[in-house]
Amino acid sequence: MSTQSSVVTSATELRAYAPTADLTVSPPPSRIERARPRTGTSPDNLRTEPGPVRFIIITLAVTFLSVFVVLPLVVVFASAFSKGIGTYLAALGEPEALSAIKLTLLVAAISVTLNLVFGVIAAWAIAKFDFTGKTFLITLIDLPFSVSPVISGLVFVLLFGAQGFFGTWLQAHDIHILFAVPGIALATIFVTFPFVARSLIPLMQEQGTQEEEAAISLGASGLQTFFRVTLPNIKWGLLYGVLLCNARAMGEFGAVSVVSGHIRGETNTMPLLVEILYNEYQFVASFAIASLLAMLALITLVVKTVLERRLDEGQEPRDH
Amino acid sequence: MTIEVKNIVKKFGSFAALDNVDLKVDQGELLALLGPSGSGKTTLLRIIAGLDWPDAGEVLIDGENALARGASERHVGFVFQHYALFRHMTVFENVAFGLRVQPRAIRKDEATIRARVKELLDLVQLDWLSDRYPSQLSGGQRQRIALARALAIEPRILLLDEPFGALDAKVRKELRQWLRSLHSEIHVTSIFVTHDQEEALEVANRVVVMDKGRIEQIGTPGEVYDHPATAFVHGFIGESIVLPVDVSGGSVRLGGRPLNIAANGAASGASKLFVRRHDMQIGPAGSGSLEGAVRHVRSFGPIQRAEVALSGGEGKTIIEIDAPRDRELQAGEIVSLQPRRYRIFAAQD
Repeated sequence: MSTQSSVVTSATELRAYAPTADLTVSPPPSRIERARPRTGTSPDNLRTEPGPVRFIIITLAVTFLSVFVVLPLVVVFASAFSKGIGTYLAALGEPEALSAIKLTLLVAAISVTLNLVFGVIAAWAIAKFDFTGKTFLITLIDLPFSVSPVISGLVFVLLFGAQGFFGTWLQAHDIHILFAVPGIALATIFVTFPFVARSLIPLMQEQGTQEEEAAISLGASGLQTFFRVTLPNIKWGLLYGVLLCNARAMGEFGAVSVVSGHIRGETNTMPLLVEILYNEYQFVASFAIASLLAMLALITLVVKTVLERRLDEGQEPRDH
Repeated sequence: MTIEVKNIVKKFGSFAALDNVDLKVDQGELLALLGPSGSGKTTLLRIIAGLDWPDAGEVLIDGENALARGASERHVGFVFQHYALFRHMTVFENVAFGLRVQPRAIRKDEATIRARVKELLDLVQLDWLSDRYPSQLSGGQRQRIALARALAIEPRILLLDEPFGALDAKVRKELRQWLRSLHSEIHVTSIFVTHDQEEALEVANRVVVMDKGRIEQIGTPGEVYDHPATAFVHGFIGESIVLPVDVSGGSVRLGGRPLNIAANGAASGASKLFVRRHDMQIGPAGSGSLEGAVRHVRSFGPIQRAEVALSGGEGKTIIEIDAPRDRELQAGEIVSLQPRRYRIFAAQD
């Protein structure tokens, strides 16, 4: 052990040995320099089409977006406030509405939390290890995206319904899954599962395992490695996934509709309530709830843009 | 600290990355694992570090079974080819990492950690960069920070995987000399992996030449260069002329013509004659056992490099020879060649 202690005692003598040539280090890239690649691909530099063509294309795109995205959004808010702000607030204050909002928040909280944990574990397994059946697992993760949400809901009815696979057993033990919060949460978890895993896998694959290996060789335990090295490296991607997962969890209609049972004031989430109210010609109340979901969408959009920017900046330039 | 590797076998599927490797590294050595890519050198290094596990064999660090411990408990400093610095931490925090993750019972207090990191950054002469992030450093600086980070845990041994592989030639040369000086000061038993023979010969006390998962030769730089043990080592280290020859009863023939050299005990049969470029003596036509026409001459520094097309034999054999510049060769000239120093190895199929 005597040699170990001498490792750095002679630091000052060793200064002389340090190479001198690359001491003239380039200054850290300034904000302007970092922004340069961005301006390089800005529309200003892509003037490859004649003016009129550009004008037509841009007009088409803007018109399309206006008609199909902006207009509906305006209609939602306009209808919600058509009878004045008093009626709007009253509609949101209805016990049924409050119950739907509470249920939606509860289900989103459950499914986002669980998908956060499962998503990180799945992405970790796929990105950092090689094992047989890995491709199959990746395909499986995408399954909820490729299956119609109604089918996803139906699967749970077949599993937990009265005539379902576990139906008799559940009934015997007086456990309520279908037409209750657990069923809604399960269906939502299923439908939103891919978001976290999908946003992490490419990021973690690109980052590789070297930093984790370095941490372990420096004596870090598995948990220390995860919380000090892995998690900070993926935090923006993780937030991005959570954000999309949350937006989908709150907005999910099809799967939830199948398993919810539409019990008023009990198992109606916001999207379900919007439909019910609309079918009952309560347009203001319906659009008031819809406006909340629309606001959620707008906030999601803004946060998503910010996160995407952070993700881009977090991308370290490749070794030279 | 000594390192002992015994009968290590490591397979990736059906491919044997390491095939019965034995190696002993003495206290304070600076050892190079040299070989082409796919020779198993990095796998061996990772097994010693605990980042990979062998299918069979033993690893002893200071006489103690290292395979019983995971990488985090081996107290081994590892420097990665692509640095693997923690990108979200400053240089300072990178170096401090190994000290901060120690179990609470032995963890130093903040002031001690700070002092130690400062000391290490001084050692690699980069203390002025302590607040920067890895992405703001040059390749050479990153590598030195990676080294400082590995040294922070006072490793029993230091392992470096292609430490200069990703750097440009000039920085690489400087870091080589610097690493050797650093090692002669701190004397940590060190192994570094490289595919660059010049790097291995220049930096290491001993060189281990590997190929296809096996150790071909272990020796000082002088030994492996001057007395290569196998055809592979002769071909891999230094520039060699290789000629297919037949050995029978002590005489050596090239394409049917006898060469005026002794077989030196080489077994009869198809063989390969290895001659270093500068060990081929050039003389006037008719004075040696080989003859050829000079096709092209390039002169630089103290030597001239001649491309010679050997006459006779089947097909056209073109070899490159380094000759001193005492007599300028001309393109088109017929010269005779005589190997001064050479080795004959049985031809592998």
